[in-house]
Amino acid sequence: MTTVDFTKEMRRDYTIITPDIFPTHMEILEAAFRLHGYNVTVVHYEGKKVIDTGLKYLHNDVCYPAICAVGQQLYALTCGDFDPHRVALIQFQTGGGCRASNYVMLLRKALKKMGMEYVPVIALSFGRFEKYSGFRFTVPMILTGIRAIIYGDMLLLLKNQTLPYEINPGDTQRVVTRWAERITDQFAHNRGLSGRDMRENLAAMVRDFHDIPREKRDTVKVGIVGEIYVKYASFGNNGLEKFLLSQGCEYMVPGVLGFFQYCFANMEVDHRYYGSPLVNTWAGRLAEKIADRWEEAMLEALEPYPEFIAPVAFDRVKELAEQVIDRGVKMGEGWLLPGETAELIEKGYTNVICAQPFGCLPNHIVGKGTIRRLRELYPEANIFPVDYDAGASKVNQENRIKLMLAMAREQEAAAV
Amino acid sequence: MSGLKRLGIDVGSTTLKCVVTDDEGRLLYSEYLRHFSRIAEQLGRLITTVSEKFPGEPMAVALSGSAGMGLADAMGLPFVQEVYAERVAVRTLAPGTDVVIELGGEDAKILFLTGGFEMRMNGTCAGGTGAFIDQMASLMRLSIDDMNVLAAKHEKIYTIASRCGVFAKSDIQPLLNQGARKEDVSASIFRAVVNQTIAGLAQGRRIEGNILYLGGPLTFISELRKSFDEALRTTGLCPENSLYFVALGAAAAGVGEPVALDELASRLENAAGAGEYTACEPLFRTEADYEAFAERHRRASEGIRELDAPNGVMYLGVDAGSTTVKALLCDADGGVFRTRYETNNGNPVPIVRDYLESLYREWPDIRIGGAVVTGYGEEIIRSAFRLDGGVVETVAHYTAAKKFRPDVDFILDIGGQDIKCFQIRNGAIDSIYLNEACSSGCGSFLQTFAGALGYSAEAFSRLGFYAKRPVDLGSRCTVFMNSSVKQAQKDGATVEDIAAGLSISVVKNALYKVIRCASAEALGRNIVVQGGTFLNDAVLRSFEMEIGHDVIRPKYAALMGAYGAALYARDHAPASGSTILGPAELAAFTHTAKAVTCGRCGNHCALTVNDFGGGRRYIAGNRCDRPIRQTNEAPKHYDLYEFKLDLIRECCANERDPARKTIGIPLGLNFFELLPFWHAFWRTLGFNVLVSPLSTRELYLSGQYSIPSDTACYPAKLMHGHIEALLAQKPDAIFYPNMSYNVEEGLGVNHYNCPVVAYYPQVLKMNTAALRKITFIDDFISLADPKQFRGRMTDIVRSYFPEVTPAAVREAAKAGYAAYEGYFSRVRQKADEYLAIARREDMPVIVLSGRPYHIDPEVSHGISTLICRLGAVVITEDSLSNRVAAFPVGVRNQWTYHARLYAAARYIASLPPDVNMNLVQLVSFGCGVDAITTDEVREILESGGRMYTQIKIDEISNMGAVTIRLRSLFSAMRDRRLSGSEAS
Repeated sequence: MTTVDFTKEMRRDYTIITPDIFPTHMEILEAAFRLHGYNVTVVHYEGKKVIDTGLKYLHNDVCYPAICAVGQQLYALTCGDFDPHRVALIQFQTGGGCRASNYVMLLRKALKKMGMEYVPVIALSFGRFEKYSGFRFTVPMILTGIRAIIYGDMLLLLKNQTLPYEINPGDTQRVVTRWAERITDQFAHNRGLSGRDMRENLAAMVRDFHDIPREKRDTVKVGIVGEIYVKYASFGNNGLEKFLLSQGCEYMVPGVLGFFQYCFANMEVDHRYYGSPLVNTWAGRLAEKIADRWEEAMLEALEPYPEFIAPVAFDRVKELAEQVIDRGVKMGEGWLLPGETAELIEKGYTNVICAQPFGCLPNHIVGKGTIRRLRELYPEANIFPVDYDAGASKVNQENRIKLMLAMAREQEAAAV
Repeated sequence: MSGLKRLGIDVGSTTLKCVVTDDEGRLLYSEYLRHFSRIAEQLGRLITTVSEKFPGEPMAVALSGSAGMGLADAMGLPFVQEVYAERVAVRTLAPGTDVVIELGGEDAKILFLTGGFEMRMNGTCAGGTGAFIDQMASLMRLSIDDMNVLAAKHEKIYTIASRCGVFAKSDIQPLLNQGARKEDVSASIFRAVVNQTIAGLAQGRRIEGNILYLGGPLTFISELRKSFDEALRTTGLCPENSLYFVALGAAAAGVGEPVALDELASRLENAAGAGEYTACEPLFRTEADYEAFAERHRRASEGIRELDAPNGVMYLGVDAGSTTVKALLCDADGGVFRTRYETNNGNPVPIVRDYLESLYREWPDIRIGGAVVTGYGEEIIRSAFRLDGGVVETVAHYTAAKKFRPDVDFILDIGGQDIKCFQIRNGAIDSIYLNEACSSGCGSFLQTFAGALGYSAEAFSRLGFYAKRPVDLGSRCTVFMNSSVKQAQKDGATVEDIAAGLSISVVKNALYKVIRCASAEALGRNIVVQGGTFLNDAVLRSFEMEIGHDVIRPKYAALMGAYGAALYARDHAPASGSTILGPAELAAFTHTAKAVTCGRCGNHCALTVNDFGGGRRYIAGNRCDRPIRQTNEAPKHYDLYEFKLDLIRECCANERDPARKTIGIPLGLNFFELLPFWHAFWRTLGFNVLVSPLSTRELYLSGQYSIPSDTACYPAKLMHGHIEALLAQKPDAIFYPNMSYNVEEGLGVNHYNCPVVAYYPQVLKMNTAALRKITFIDDFISLADPKQFRGRMTDIVRSYFPEVTPAAVREAAKAGYAAYEGYFSRVRQKADEYLAIARREDMPVIVLSGRPYHIDPEVSHGISTLICRLGAVVITEDSLSNRVAAFPVGVRNQWTYHARLYAAARYIASLPPDVNMNLVQLVSFGCGVDAITTDEVREILESGGRMYTQIKIDEISNMGAVTIRLRSLFSAMRDRRLSGSEAS
């Protein structure tokens, strides 16, 4: 199949459409792209019409995240909100061994079926599998991207720990929105990116959340791990977070940065196991270092406020993962998934939902495959796999989660 | 206040259970009833009954059950999750219980109470237990009690897929059609439920100790309990009130504010769902709409005459389908006489017999010029009544469709079990789409669902005509649809909306899952739809709405197979007249069926031997001709699968020199290709190599207990059994490396293994406790770069066996690579040989493409043999892939095994059209990667004008369906060749 180039001219007047994936990151990521001259827009379409579009143009048995995420992009082309001749689509491509590496191609196949093969599709990847005359994923862009993710992760962490306890409903969301706007605005003026700006922003963020009036409430602490899309995207997980809130839970979802740190860390393992070029290892280490530095900035900002549970340093996640699984397992979420599960359990989020697309291959290994081992290590943990799919009904998913919560409440009562 | 009574209500997917207890939990009253999806109505009745028994008493009320969640919220009552409720009840009512097994209408649960508490509920893909048994019973026209009584008299257990209800059903149907005894089938169904529960839920934990059986099916069906007892090698207990544990637990755990019962009734009235669900378009807005629609379809069949007496020589057509038998006669003009459509009740023979008897009785002088049968029961009906021949279903359907629309270019047939579609190009059948196991049973699902709600299929369909907001139930499979219905009920959909929604779902399933079409134009311009399910006007209407234009539904939509067979009989009538049994012979007709295990080779097929008297026999269940030809001699086939397997067997001598250490190797997944490598490697290093035996069903069951993810592919799940087999033989170490990467063959942009092949050793290590007590060598290794491999492998080997020298590893690596090369050159040489034979003898060639592990007979179920029996030569994708240079494909070509598929497809696509070679792709259920490869392989083949055929396989394969698929392919290939030679 021939690839439609994304040209320099397109850069000027094309809208690049991305699906909605992360809960608190998307606007900031948009701004990060705009800063580098790409007019990226997140689309938030939801509902049956989007799923139907996905099902219609993709293979019915393909992963649910593809149905949702690609579905959103295809729906954007058909719903009339955009001129298909002024639009490009973008998908992240890791080049890893799981099916997700094929989203870009699936998207192109779908466009062909729709008779819109002229729409350029950009594969966003560290590996630069494809070249476009008007788009390059440069090192400065990657660095801006990481900053955007740090901001998003921080907002996510603070939001999740504030929302269940806010006294005035809406306070937390207001602060989240205000900060997303503020960072977006700073990016637009080329600010918010320096070390100093970031440290200031992060510290101010924590303060603002700290200032939200809260009260102590009896919540069940729930951790969410899983496949990267259904774990974060509320469209993919049928509004999991909202449901958990309605059930009186406080939930924690580990940050997005971890996934990138995991990708970087794999480069070193690849060298050890398969003799891949040392230069990759160095690149990976360097990237890890940078990510670690920003992670530290986050931790510093949180330090004065012990009320907020901070993430653990990524090196610790690696250790936690290694007691469960070999770090050679690198497809999909790989060893990161059990690593995060262990991290959450150790932090007291002993009830863990492992959100997975139905039929996800890596999940056989790193999700359901690890539960037995994790329970040996942490007998107090309740780990519940929940499948998401176009045909899976919400009532079954929620029923399952209710079982987990009933268990958790009983354990708590017994402990008292 | 003391003495406050408690009311616990368990709203299940099919039943309501309620209990009233005193404040100490003593049971005062209980009630159990089916709610037929009218939950609010039935619950209201229940509340009235309770308030009559306990007038004026407020009670503490709690709800539980899969369908009770939304209702509890809406009624402002405490909700107790049902598994949790059950546990609460077990603690007080049956202390000392170790494990609870509970089957409900749609849920299966296992609770491990001691030794680390765990609760398991069935996953999305394992629905249907009680409802499944109900469906099976109605399929056989038995009551549950009948099934129980019959099962007690079983002699034999057939293997029935335990993955899910839909799969099991497509195994049972052919068994019934083959004439298997209902006693045996009933017992086999119970065993399938048992296996499904254990495999799906135990996930690595053994079920042992004091077992408690709860829930409807286990309460009512003693044989089901017995089957569990046998599988678990224990005797479980079904306690008093086993139906009410959830309700009792809810009453005990969910104590809220007391509620007056009349207050409860009014809360219920206000709680009806808000209708917050996504709706589809109504099917018909007005009755006039329906009338116009009905009239249009009436006109479509005006040209076919209906006869009320035989008209000259008549031709008989029989369609022995999966759930129904259809028969009719036609005259020389195609006029139709004496149609018969009947549910086969699990055995088509008596129906055809009855049909013929009454025909002969009323028309003793009738002259039958030819008689042809089609469908699943083709063989048995042909042998039983000595018909003149059989015809492939696709051909029968096309023949019939042409009669209604000579220029038909697309035919869609939705029967009870199967969905079949085919495209017609240049007067020949072109692309064929048959549903896979997963999308089967849609038609009969509609019928049984209607039955469960107390409607006829007809009435249920009419119910949906004017539904205002048909509910969207998804298109994955009937199990998923079932649970979507539950969701819809919760959201307040009416029975009318559900009825319409189900029809729409069936259509969507056919369009998007089976045909995989993106637009209506892709189907064709002149579409004929048929099959019993299309007699349902709601389904027909949904179809027309979904594709956006009108189609033809013949009046005889349900009889098209039989009609086509009759027309075929007319066109191919033997000059000497039909051989069909005459009236006298029919009067002397007998039929007995016997279950036998074939002992003619190692496969031990479960045969059903049908005897019709007069020396006419029909044997079913066989994988090869040995039992039919009554010989033990292997048939002469050109089968590269068999050859590859023989090469693997050469490495399985398992000699154990006591002076040497022994390395155990599980024979599954990538070892089916790498065994020659590793065998040579370890032997050269001075180790014994112990290879686990070829997979069998028993071997699978022995490892089933440690499978963590039931939706993984069967080849992976088999590995658990191989590990058990090795552990039993106590090798010094078991070797099973993790391999992110496969060998590099230069066809794609990377050379990955799929995640499952790559990391399954990790799964085994985490889930099989015994593996941690033995040396388990599961390091991460790649063979792609021999030099890197040598270095890394030296470190690995020496970390376990320090006495081994680096030089020895170097030698061993060399021997390994040489053996691997040798293996491939022999495979490819053999392929050349077979291709030459095919050319010489003008035999068709099938490139049976899959993965190396598909040569495992337990995985591919002897499909290669079946193809050979149909007269073709079988070669493999890896014997062709090296004949193609790297070329661009439309997907990311990054897995080695899959790159071979594209290359083989490309090779075939580039052959001249007169070369009789076609590709059949084997796809293991659950193989996510194949969701990507199948479309691509199809595209590559079709770009070269070749047909694409896919066969999905799992634990069990419905060989009847596979046979039909292959025969359709062969017949289409013949047609194409004929039309090709006419054109040239």
